[in-house]
Parts: sequence; structure tokens; C-alpha cells
Amino acid sequence: MSALKIKKGSSKHSAYNLRPNFSDVTETHTIAVLVENEPGVLARVIGLFSGRGYNIESLTVAEVDHQGHLSRITIVTKGTPQVIEQIKAQLGRIVPVRKVNDLTVEGPSVERELALFKVEGSGEKRVEALRLADIFRAQVVDSTLESFVFQLTGTPDKIDAFADLMRPLGLIEVARTGVAALARGA
Amino acid sequence: MTRQMTGAKMVVQALRDQGVDTVFGYPGGAVLPIYDEIFQQNDIQHILVRHEQGAVHMAEGYARSTGKPGVVLVTSGPGATNAVTGLTDALMDSIPLVVLTGQVPTFMIGSDAFQEADTVGITRPCTKHNWLVKETEKLSKTIHEAFHVATAGRPGPVLVDIPKDVQFASADYQPKPSANTRHYQPQVKGDMEMIEDLVEAIETAKKPIFYTGGGVINSGPAASQLLRELVEATGFPITSTLMGLGAYPASGKNWLGMLGMHGLYEANLAMHGCDVMINLGARFDDRITGRIDAFSPDSRKAHVDIDPSSINKVVKTDIPIVGDIAHVLEDVLALWKSRGRKINREAISKWWKQIEEWKTVDCLSYKGSDTVIKPQYALQRLEELTKGMDRYITTEVGQHQMWAAQYLGFEDPNRWMTSGGLGTMGYGFPASIGVQQAHKDALVINVAGEASWLMNMQELGTATQFNLPVKQFILNNERLGMVRQWQQLLHGERYSQSWSESLPDFVKLAEAFGCKGISISDPADLDDAIMDMIKYDGPVVFDCMVEKHENCFPMIPSGAPHNKMLLGDDNATNAIAGKGAVLV
Repeated sequence: MSALKIKKGSSKHSAYNLRPNFSDVTETHTIAVLVENEPGVLARVIGLFSGRGYNIESLTVAEVDHQGHLSRITIVTKGTPQVIEQIKAQLGRIVPVRKVNDLTVEGPSVERELALFKVEGSGEKRVEALRLADIFRAQVVDSTLESFVFQLTGTPDKIDAFADLMRPLGLIEVARTGVAALARGA
Repeated sequence: MTRQMTGAKMVVQALRDQGVDTVFGYPGGAVLPIYDEIFQQNDIQHILVRHEQGAVHMAEGYARSTGKPGVVLVTSGPGATNAVTGLTDALMDSIPLVVLTGQVPTFMIGSDAFQEADTVGITRPCTKHNWLVKETEKLSKTIHEAFHVATAGRPGPVLVDIPKDVQFASADYQPKPSANTRHYQPQVKGDMEMIEDLVEAIETAKKPIFYTGGGVINSGPAASQLLRELVEATGFPITSTLMGLGAYPASGKNWLGMLGMHGLYEANLAMHGCDVMINLGARFDDRITGRIDAFSPDSRKAHVDIDPSSINKVVKTDIPIVGDIAHVLEDVLALWKSRGRKINREAISKWWKQIEEWKTVDCLSYKGSDTVIKPQYALQRLEELTKGMDRYITTEVGQHQMWAAQYLGFEDPNRWMTSGGLGTMGYGFPASIGVQQAHKDALVINVAGEASWLMNMQELGTATQFNLPVKQFILNNERLGMVRQWQQLLHGERYSQSWSESLPDFVKLAEAFGCKGISISDPADLDDAIMDMIKYDGPVVFDCMVEKHENCFPMIPSGAPHNKMLLGDDNATNAIAGKGAVLV
């Protein structure tokens, strides 16, 4: 892990430059990209990641402004600070991209993901699954005599934790939406 | 006021409104309605190429020599896929192009129709932006937008895919918008605080260097003028990438020559030893930096670039400035002047002494010959006999390209067209045709190797048909020279597939296309032959048989730092054994 290096002249403008740009520590960042919702725009964003060898941990996309035809793409990605800066700069130069925000560095943000879990079982295991679901505040959205479908909203960590608990109790299928995120405050 | 017209008519009208005078293209089923419109007008000249790749390179030559976007019109399917190499080339070298492709009718898209290809899918990673226009209502607006995107900010190629039914249908034509309302508006003015930092660095630098690139040329003639003013006023040395040659004149007293893998010794050593590096519109390409962790280790680096993604991409920058070169240089000059035109005179003159010492190495010297034409000699004679003329040079890719960059002098921007980023063999010949089309009376020479040149030789037909008197200066060593050089230096002299077997008789080939052919192999005949080539009013294929195993030096071997240059065959042999690389 390399130390924070502050070169003369690089720090007086903004605290943004204080980050060790060329450190080799891998960080996880959540990046929100506002794009014009035109055909192929998602392919451009994904193509950028595959073409330049960047990681996508999670990706969600939906139109958020129907009148202005704007979609919000939320990408969770991993890389060294230099790679993260490159990703943002590269995203920024895609023509239909209006705005790129790094929610991880631009102050506190909230992240939520929704997941559906199908858990099969009977007897003691079935009761235990229901009990844990209650603790996690998961909702039952479908039920048969041998199965439940739980709906859970939370951070990716919480969803991972719930999945780990459900696995020995008969978890057979998971569907996750990927992360949606917003900066806190006004 | 709007006018109803067919999509095909809109295309021609939009091109006219954008001031287009030349379109390079090739017809086919999916663009027939547009060709029908082209037939019925005289404002725009259509240059019929022999292969779509040629069309794109011609448009690149046109664009680079004029600063205006080049325009290409090709059909769907194979027409579009043949354009891909040219698009990628233009993307890598930031050349503004507008490529229009035909597409199968909208109702057939996705059905694997005849000559259907997913053109916007295929070209998405090799264009700056592209569009599939599914409604005639949007066609004219999209074409105007395409011109804006191609030229705004960092220039690049764009593509508009137009299905055939969209060309037939009618809608209102929307004229070129007077004010650009598009959201795509890259920043051109640099941050003043950073510019202040740069001026401070200029004032205090002891061993400064300007490192300029294609961005200066893309920024326009004003950028080159301002650069010259700043260089003269500060007295700092200046070097340039392959792409930036001509922004500062080769005859200028501060000129160190090109830098990089085959750059000049003094330029590379100055880059390695400088304390302030001012990068203007270059991108720290791997051909420039060599080994990154040993690249100019003791310098503060300023980087001016219009593309934020270029900054801190490979080399950490101390003074990053996002902006257009001309705008930034104007601010830098104004601020530096207002603060009293300060520089560290004493240190700078010491720095120049050091540079003069490096120059005495005379890194471009080579062993001459009376019996065979040395490629370097051929270029020296070409330079001697053509400098001062209204001259444009294009090149193919390989040894000849590097020699051309080393031995030819460029006094002005937009006079030098070469495939830098992508390194496309087959670029130079069609590019020279595009340049000649834009500058009918100029002397346009393509410095070529025989192998590269054969990749697009079919365009001889185009040169003859349109009476474009391009000169093809082929340095024929019957080898893939650069490949052969690497095999000699790095692969134990095993010359795998780097021979040009079964070469044509270039004179007969030229004559078969209605051009003039000249073949020479005796150094004594060189000057007369070059003069014959220049004087002939028509396309010439100049087959110059040269030394077959000449190596291109100086050379920084891949993965080596700037101060470990190879200067000639003697130390190159030792370099392979791991000892003799020149350490300074």
C-alpha cells in the first residue's frame, strides 16, 4: 500500500486532488451515470468496460425521467484510484452521457438492492427460514406448502448475509436487481 | 421555413449546408437513392474509390490536410465492414470524419437480409459516436449533429447508418442549426489556477521542454502560431510526437526533432533529463514513453489536453489542464507576459549547452554507399529537391515512415499525414489521393514501402480517373522492413514471413493503370529520377530499390527507458546480448 503523496502544487485547488491517484490499492466505487435514453447507450457503457478491461460488479439501469428521456445507470466497479479516475473520464466522453457522479467519493450516499429468494423445504427448516426472514425484515411474496419466495431490500452486504443463511435451509434460486444509489442530503 | 423532401435528398442537402465539397464513396444497393441524388447535382464532387477502406483513408487525408471533416458514403454490409479499419485509424489519430452508410430497410433489420450487417454495433467501439436513423424526420438533424460531434472537442470519426426506406420516404428538412443546442459541448477554456501553476513552472524551470502532439494541429492554425510565439519568447527547446510534426517548424532554432521509439537522441535525452515537461496535446503514447517507471523521472509534468481521459491515463500529471490548445496557450502567453516575461536565463543557457552536446552524437548519421541507394539518402534527396515547394507528405507504416519523420522537415501544420496510433499499412496511398483532391495544385508525395503500398494499390484507378497527380515514392527493400528489423534484433535473425515474394513490376503496374512508372536502383540516377517524378503531370509510381537490410535507428527497444537508446547496428548487436545498450 503506497502512502499518500502530495506533490507541490497539486493540493491547493481542491481536496479532490489529495487522493493518492497512483496507489495500487483496489477500491470499490459506486458510479451513477445519467444518460440520454437513446438506442445503444447501454451497449456503449458496457462496451467501454469490456473494451478497456474494467470490472463491473453490479449494474442497474432504468429510465428515470420519461419526459427528458434520461436514464440512470448505477455501476459498482472495482479498481485502483487511477483506474477509477479513468473509468469516470472515459464515461464522461461518451456523447450521450450527461453526468457522471462517483457516489463513493462525493460524500455519503445510500445504496439499496432488492432481491428475491426461493427457499424450498418443510418442517423445522421451513419454520427457521420464516423466522430468519422476519429478523431480516424480508417479506413473503409467494408461498406454497413446500416453498417461499422472500423479498428483501437492503445493502448488497445484507442480501449476501441473508443468502448465506438461507442456503442450508433450502435456497434454490436468487434474483437480484443490482445496486441503486443516491447521494444523501439535498 | 421547412421543406419537404426525401431522405436521400436530405442527405445531399445537409452535406451542402455543412459546406462539403467532396465525398469519397462507393455505391451499392442500400445507398442507391442517395447516389441518385448525387447524380442530379453538381455542388458536391463524388470521388469513386476502388475499395471502401480507400475511401475512409482518402477522407482522412482530406481532413488532416484541410482541418475540415472528411465525408464518406458507402453501402450496407461489406461496404460498412470495409470501412472499419479506416474508422479505427481515424479514432486513434483523432481525425474528424462523417461516414454515411446505407442499411437494409427498417422492416428487414434483424432478418439477416442480403448485405445486412449490424453496422452501428460493429462500429460502436471504433467511432466517436454513431447513429441508426429509423425515421426520415430525424435524418437531417442527425447529420448536422454528426458534423458537430465529429469536430467538437477531441475530433473523431462518426457514422450515420441510413436504412433504404428512410432514404425513400419524405419529411421536413431541418436546416443546420445556427446556435448549437446540443448537450455535447466539451470544455475549451483551461482552468486559470492551473494555468497560473504552468506559468510559474515556466518562470522557474531550469531544464524545460515542450512536448507537443497532434492536439496542437487539431486545435487549428492559431494553436501553431501561439506555440511558435511561446517557444520563441521563452527560448525553451521543443520536441514533438509523430502526429505533431509541423506545428513548430523544423527549421526553427529551438527544434530538437521528433521524440520517441525512433526519435532523435537529443530529443529523447532532453525528455529524460528535463525538470519541467510541458505536454501540449500529446498523450504519453507507449511509443513515446518507453518504460513508464523510468520515463522522465525527475520532471514536473504539465499536460494540456481537450480530452480529460488523456490526463493521468498513463503518466501522473502535476499540472493537468483540460482545454483546447489554442485557448490555453493564449491564456498562458497573456499571463506570462503580464507577469514580466520571466525565465531562468542562466539555467536555460546551461540546459542548451547540454542539448548541443547531445546533438554532436549526430544520431541520424548512417553509412553512405555509391552502389546501392540507402533509404535515408533517398529521403534526404527528396527533402533537398522538394523543400520550399507547396508540398504535402503522407506515409504508409514501417521503417520508411520513421525515416520520413526523421529526414523530412515540416514547416507548417497539416502538411504531414501518417497513421500514428493504429499503424495502418495501406493508409498512405489513399490518404495522398484525399490530400491531392483538397489541394489540386500542390505536390503530394506518399513515402511508402512496397509491402504497405500493395495493400491499397487498387486506388491507382482512382488517381487516374480523377487526374490526381499523386507521387508514390516507394522505398523498395523487398522486405517487410520493420518486421525484419525486429526479427533481427529480437528473434535471432529468423526472418519468418517478412519477405516480399513475387513483387510486381511496378513500372508495368503503373502503366497498366494509366500512370507513369519509374524504377531506379543506382544512387547516381536518384536526383534526375526524383525531378522526373515531380515534373510529370499525373500520378507516378516511383520504385526506388534500396538497401535491403538497413535498420532504422536511433531506436529505443520496447520496454527500455529513453536513455537506453540504440544508435546503430554495432551497439544493437550487443543489446541483444544484454550488455551494450548505450547508457548516458
